[in-house]
Amino acid sequence: MSSEEPRLVDSFTVPKDVLQEFQDMAEEEDIDPFAETASKRQIASRQSDYQNRRFKRQANESADAFKALEEGTEVEGGYQDAMRVQMLEKEEERVKRLIEDKEREAREEGQDKMDLDKTPPRAEIEEVMKDLAAASGTKRKRRWDVEEPAAGEVKAEDKGEWLKEALEEAAPKKRRSRWDATPADVGAGETPKRSRWDQTPTVVDAPMQQIIMNAPGFMHEDKHNRYLTDEELDALLPTSGYAIVTPPPGYAPMVRPPKLSATPVTEVGGFQIQESSDAAAQAAAAGLAPELPTEIPGVGSLAFFKPEDAQYFAKILKEEDETELSVDEMKERKIMRLLLKIKNGTPPVRKTALRQITDKARDFGAGPLFDKILPLLMERTLEDQERHLLVKVIDRVLYKLDDLVRPYVHKILVVIEPLLIDEDYYARVEGREIISNLSKAAGLAHMISTMRPDIDHADEYVRNTTARAFSVVASALGIPSLLPFLKAVCRSKKSWQARHTGIRIVQQIAIMMGCAVLPHLRNLVDCIAHGLQDEQQKVRTMTALGLAALAEAAAPYGIESFDNVLKPLWVGIRLHRGKSLAAFLKAIGFILPLMDPEYVAYYIKEVTIILIREFQTSDEEMKKIVLKVVQQCAATEGVTAAYIKQDILPDFFKSFWVRRMALDRRNYRQVVDTTVELAQKAGVAEIVGRIVNELKDEAEPYRKMVMETITKVVASLGASDIDERLEVRLVDGIIYSFQEQTTEDQVMLDGFGTVVNALGIRVKPYLTQIVSTILWRLNNKSAKVRQQAADLTTRLAVVIKQCGEDQLLSKLGLVLFEQLGEEYPDTLGSIIAAEGAIANVVGMTQMNPPVKDLLPRMTPILRNRHEKVQEATINLIGRIADRGAEFVPAREWMRICFELLDLLKAHKKGIRRAAVNSFGYIAKSLGPQDVLQVLLTNLRVQERQSRVCSTVAIAIVAETCGPFTCIPAILNEYRTAELNVRTGCLKALTFVFEYVGPQSAYYADSVVTMLEDALTDRDLVHRQTASVIVKHLALGVAGLGCEDSMLHLMNLVWPNCFETSPHVIGAVMDAIEAMRVTLGPGVLLSYILQGLFHPARKVREVYWRVYNSLYLGAEDALVPFYPDLGELSEGQNVFDRHPLQMFI
Amino acid sequence: MSSELRYTANTQLEHLHARYTGTGHADLTKYEWLTHQHRDTLASIVGHPTLTSYLAIADGEAIGRVKFEMTERMLQPCGPPPAKDD
Repeated sequence: MSSEEPRLVDSFTVPKDVLQEFQDMAEEEDIDPFAETASKRQIASRQSDYQNRRFKRQANESADAFKALEEGTEVEGGYQDAMRVQMLEKEEERVKRLIEDKEREAREEGQDKMDLDKTPPRAEIEEVMKDLAAASGTKRKRRWDVEEPAAGEVKAEDKGEWLKEALEEAAPKKRRSRWDATPADVGAGETPKRSRWDQTPTVVDAPMQQIIMNAPGFMHEDKHNRYLTDEELDALLPTSGYAIVTPPPGYAPMVRPPKLSATPVTEVGGFQIQESSDAAAQAAAAGLAPELPTEIPGVGSLAFFKPEDAQYFAKILKEEDETELSVDEMKERKIMRLLLKIKNGTPPVRKTALRQITDKARDFGAGPLFDKILPLLMERTLEDQERHLLVKVIDRVLYKLDDLVRPYVHKILVVIEPLLIDEDYYARVEGREIISNLSKAAGLAHMISTMRPDIDHADEYVRNTTARAFSVVASALGIPSLLPFLKAVCRSKKSWQARHTGIRIVQQIAIMMGCAVLPHLRNLVDCIAHGLQDEQQKVRTMTALGLAALAEAAAPYGIESFDNVLKPLWVGIRLHRGKSLAAFLKAIGFILPLMDPEYVAYYIKEVTIILIREFQTSDEEMKKIVLKVVQQCAATEGVTAAYIKQDILPDFFKSFWVRRMALDRRNYRQVVDTTVELAQKAGVAEIVGRIVNELKDEAEPYRKMVMETITKVVASLGASDIDERLEVRLVDGIIYSFQEQTTEDQVMLDGFGTVVNALGIRVKPYLTQIVSTILWRLNNKSAKVRQQAADLTTRLAVVIKQCGEDQLLSKLGLVLFEQLGEEYPDTLGSIIAAEGAIANVVGMTQMNPPVKDLLPRMTPILRNRHEKVQEATINLIGRIADRGAEFVPAREWMRICFELLDLLKAHKKGIRRAAVNSFGYIAKSLGPQDVLQVLLTNLRVQERQSRVCSTVAIAIVAETCGPFTCIPAILNEYRTAELNVRTGCLKALTFVFEYVGPQSAYYADSVVTMLEDALTDRDLVHRQTASVIVKHLALGVAGLGCEDSMLHLMNLVWPNCFETSPHVIGAVMDAIEAMRVTLGPGVLLSYILQGLFHPARKVREVYWRVYNSLYLGAEDALVPFYPDLGELSEGQNVFDRHPLQMFI
Repeated sequence: MSSELRYTANTQLEHLHARYTGTGHADLTKYEWLTHQHRDTLASIVGHPTLTSYLAIADGEAIGRVKFEMTERMLQPCGPPPAKDD
């Protein structure tokens, strides 16, 4: 019998999928989920190569010439030195380039075939390969299926196949398993997923070892390849015949950016697995690395601590005997501790440290402070938050140090200038602020002498950032003070770079200061004007860009300042091509809108020739500029419609209204905008007539572009210009493109709605066709299509009604009604909205389906959780409750009331507001009692939002049905012992009195007793809410003769003025202000006078605050109420107000 | 004010108050407060034509003269400030 049964296996293994799951989990655990974000947080890793060029910059000390002059000492490392260093750098750059050129030439001549930096051309490789193959004697090409003469096999055969030695010899060849390589027998190829156990134990993401030993960075780290020391050289070289040459006087060893994060130098002794710094960071994150402390002696606990910090702050990490340290060392450690606290500390720690470092800034001195701060800012692993904090430190310290910063200006600039081209807006603002403060502290002369050498620096990056920094200096110290310098720089004969940077400074000034350049416009324009004829093309381009920026900043004023440049610009566009032409056109585009309408036509005519020529350009940048200039031309007043129609439009449409333009997003935008601008002059019919046929184009993106343009043009100019022929083509095209769309798009929907609404009654002949399209699409199987059809119905409902096609509307209504079972919430929402739109235009009585059928169908839909559905439903229900409540039985309405309570919890404010309003409508038709009961009961629920909305609803019911129906019920409910209910009642009353305004006068006396109770309650919230009621009540009854009860309430509110809880005191202050309106400022002043000079400061502070708001509210009215204090007069001071004592 | 209130709208209100002339604070002296009162009174007289003409009649002066004198008196309506104690 046992042989029949399936035999049980005696050992089980885990199912494969479970193993796989474990493996996956193990892999997942190993991944640091924050690794990627950490690298994104680091500024350097996020920025472009251009921005990271800042690490290559070199800072030099800028000597304080002023101080030196005062003290009579010789200046060291001043302007002269800086200029010399800069000259040297330039020379170095030039020589380097020469060498490169020479090498390239040599290579081209074929002397040097292999350039290690570049991939050699393919032909060369093949040649070399052929040579190699010939040398080794084997054929290079071998097909996989051709048998290979295996050397091992031959050997084995020689020894005899079955010999033991042979087998042993062959075996290790097959199992080439080395300890550090992948074990071959586990079958790495079989596992489908890359998992950890079949990998080499080397860390994958470790930096690649440098192979080429003479790489510049290598010498410093590697023991074997460091520079030779003097001793070693002595040993190597003969003693005679060699002399040690002293370094040249200007020589400064190259300062490399501090590489603090570099991996520590390890003893090179055989193979070892390299420890990657990432692994250390991971371990630290897991709390496994004891070497990264979070508690540091003298600093306390920190929010975080990075491995780079450990190197940087090494000095303060270990305990030291402080008595052995010198004063300077102590100072240094103190600064480091404070910086560490600021950089890594928790907010309160950071705050105190920041205050300390600011207070002691002058004691520490500029040198020690900046020596610590600036290298930190150049750290490659710096993150946004750290940078922000360090920049803040600099800002504060600057303020304190004032002119002591002078020697460090250049160092600070090198660090701060990169902020000016940061992609983050706030970083740019911070950078500007620092440079502005720096220039105020150091003074203009010093700033200029420090930054002058960088103006014609060899590196474009340096010149760019310097120009931006200069513009900040100009805005801080005023343009006029910088103008002489700018003039000199812009005319520099020595180098075109200086001129280029000077003009760029002007451009940046214009961009940064906007219309504030107006007073200096002529000077700035004159400053750069000659650059248009510069011999260097880059300078001409930059000049044009600078003029464009100035004109843009000055718009719409200041054309007279540009007089001198008009001729060169307009001549220039005939002379230039390419990039500089683009810049010239840009400048012209910005100057045109400033011109007088009388003259502008001439200038436009001149530029149009060039523009039309450039319509055909293939350069994207040029295209964009040309489009922009056309737009600017069209917008000017002087250009006529006839001119645009004749001279611009034909070529414009020929070159820009082509399918290709619709593919690039930016071109698309530009073309649409420009066409709309042209339409403003040329008229709807002209533009629409030209493009309407393209609505039937076969390319969908192009149809969309046409549709968007037509939409915008028609929306801004209307459709009255469109004649019958065009109308037919337009409607035809729109229906076609609407039907042919493959991706349901907002553009098509908007276009259809806009055009049909603009045509109004003229679409009547086409309505049957349109509606049949909608009906067809309402039954489409794609939910998106159905949704779009419903949305279109919403937009067309008004026009269909205007055309008198009620039949069509009722048909649509019925079809939509049948669709209410829709399962996609987005589509359902649109369908309900469409039904609502139809109900809106048709009216409740004519509505088909009848309201009494429609509403019960909506009740279950109210439970749908989707926001769009909720909103559409509640709007429809509210509309029905407002207009046609009588068609629906009261029981149905009560059912809806209960459902509506749920909607009060909605997240979207619109839904809650609609729900609350619906309560009002329902209460109006049913009478308030039942609805009110529902709402008051709802005050007992837990959820605050629901309660708050109920109180609002109660107030609305009170407003629509009259306060007298609700206030008794609310007062009655207030007697409940439950806190939530009582607060709810108070809250409801606040809204009631806010809504009913002056009507409150009838109810003031009846609520006084309740308010007495609430204002003397122990509970803060009670008093707060009661104060709000008092405020609204007092404002409502002002001037209506309720002063007696208001005075009573004032006496109850007044003692609360010493409350400290923000909301309570706010409410109380508001109530007191409201009392000023009702009771008059005099009464209030008599309350306040008691405490204005009270011995206790706490009392005085409160009373003065009340006094101030009273004073600001009724300054003039207080004059008669001030007490007569003539008796306080003493000596010269007479306090009698004599003019008030006169009488006739 | 307590530190709790420092971060609320109420202190902003206080800052706002401090920007206007005539508002006061807990350390305001008698002289300063009364000077403000006097200036307000004088400004009120100049600003209300009925009050100005009333005073003109009572004083037997021209209306313009009264206006001028009131404006002039705003400079130091209660005499020079008292000497500081400390």
